[in-house]
Amino acid sequence: MTILNIDRLKRLFGTLAAVDDLTLSVDEGEVFGLLGPNGAGKTTLIKMLTTLLPPTSGNAEIAGYDILRHSGDVRRIIGYVPQMLSADGNLTGYENLIVFAKLYNIPRTERNNRVREALQLMELTDVADKTVRTYSGGMIRRLEIAQSMLHRPRLLFLDEPTVGLDPLARGAVWEYIELLRAEYGTTIFLTTHYMEEADTLCTRISIMHMGKAVVTGTPAELKESIGADGATLDQVFAHYAGADLTSENGRGYREVSRTRRTARRLG
Amino acid sequence: MSGSVWMDTISAIFNFIDKTFVIAEIEIRKLRHDYFELITRSIQPILWLLILGQVFNRTHAIPTGNLSYISYLAPGILAQSVLFVVIFFGIAIIWERDLGILHKFLVSPTPRAALVLGKALSAGVRGLSQAAIIYIISLLLGVQMNWHIPALAVMLAVVILGSGLFATFSLIVACIVKTRDRFMGIGQILTMPLFFASNALYPISIMPHWLQFFSHINPLTYEVDALRALMVSGAVSAYGVGTDVVILLFSMTLLVGIGAWMYPRVVI
Repeated sequence: MTILNIDRLKRLFGTLAAVDDLTLSVDEGEVFGLLGPNGAGKTTLIKMLTTLLPPTSGNAEIAGYDILRHSGDVRRIIGYVPQMLSADGNLTGYENLIVFAKLYNIPRTERNNRVREALQLMELTDVADKTVRTYSGGMIRRLEIAQSMLHRPRLLFLDEPTVGLDPLARGAVWEYIELLRAEYGTTIFLTTHYMEEADTLCTRISIMHMGKAVVTGTPAELKESIGADGATLDQVFAHYAGADLTSENGRGYREVSRTRRTARRLG
Repeated sequence: MSGSVWMDTISAIFNFIDKTFVIAEIEIRKLRHDYFELITRSIQPILWLLILGQVFNRTHAIPTGNLSYISYLAPGILAQSVLFVVIFFGIAIIWERDLGILHKFLVSPTPRAALVLGKALSAGVRGLSQAAIIYIISLLLGVQMNWHIPALAVMLAVVILGSGLFATFSLIVACIVKTRDRFMGIGQILTMPLFFASNALYPISIMPHWLQFFSHINPLTYEVDALRALMVSGAVSAYGVGTDVVILLFSMTLLVGIGAWMYPRVVI
């Protein structure tokens, strides 16, 4: 069953099409990976799908709800972990979770259990009462994933979930993502520019370049598609997205400084 | 059928109130973890009252009727110190936007107006801590305090209202300028005119006409007017505390409406 259906979605910034007539669909239970170089339009696409940014034209439906006309319903059934650091450093891990449990209308009687369960699943129980500013980058990411899962979303958006993490913490985050899928059957839509991540985690991948989804398929299909024997995803990526350095265009200084800052704070 | 529409409306209102308090709760929890800010914030009003208040109290240069200047000034400084604390509220919004915290709130099913009003309410808590400090200093400086319980209760409400109002104003400015550097500049530009073009330091009657006009459209004037009558025994409100509160409530509603409309645009 299709959970996400994107139909010729477009977003212009001035004359630049950050997302350009993109069409894509994701089935329930998939871990779908959106790969692409910086400035390919991945974050813009996620912002539109999570109702943060209105599209210029086209539309998308999540579980049958239109992202524009039924944005309230969409917000109830999705979870979102932004690329940037989004847990509040001045609150404890427990507090970060309990306030979101309240915002997502989790019944009073169940709230505490949900929070405890989430802490346990992400192995944060021991540090639950410490303020988040004392956490490591990997711990913060796990807390953010826990936060976004409290209301059991049907579709979870992860925008570059492992950016700025060391390899060990990255591996751990992968395990937790797998765990979510196994435990709750959540459909996951993630963006990344790590080939290894896409190869390990994703059931299907779409490579995005200059606002378009240039190719979509399972990792195996994509490797086959370029015809080279024993191709790696890196080669696939280079083939479709080009080793084209000018594709960095359109990504402003501010955006870069934000990513770097996030990376530093997470690291 | 109309019954279910009513039920929907009522549950929407309850949801709105509930979410407003959750947002306020978050800010209050943060203050509890880090109250250093509350302490440093109290120093400025102490200086205003101790130095400016004491000096002008001796000269009788400003016509304050039957009140001593320090009694006239104390409510003005209360309003001013609250203004100075909450006018930089927008910085926190920009900071949260830069971090990504804001995105997560906007993706949640929380009503936009509740996100804004909740923030405003939490600014009120900061305002209350200022009120406590200024009441103590005023008492020590010999201001004739009004200790009637109803007056105290309304004073607290006016402080919360005044804090919320200017915090929301600040939030709107943050949504427009979008970066911290620009906001710092604008914040400096905004506070002084708001403060000087009001009845906080001197009566409006001694101002030139053009300044009187600005004072009359400045919500701070009505906040100070109400606080003066509520805080100082023997002081009379120029417009009536009821009128002041209505004007503040109206401005607040208007600003929360504008804020709720602009807030989601800050992440674009």
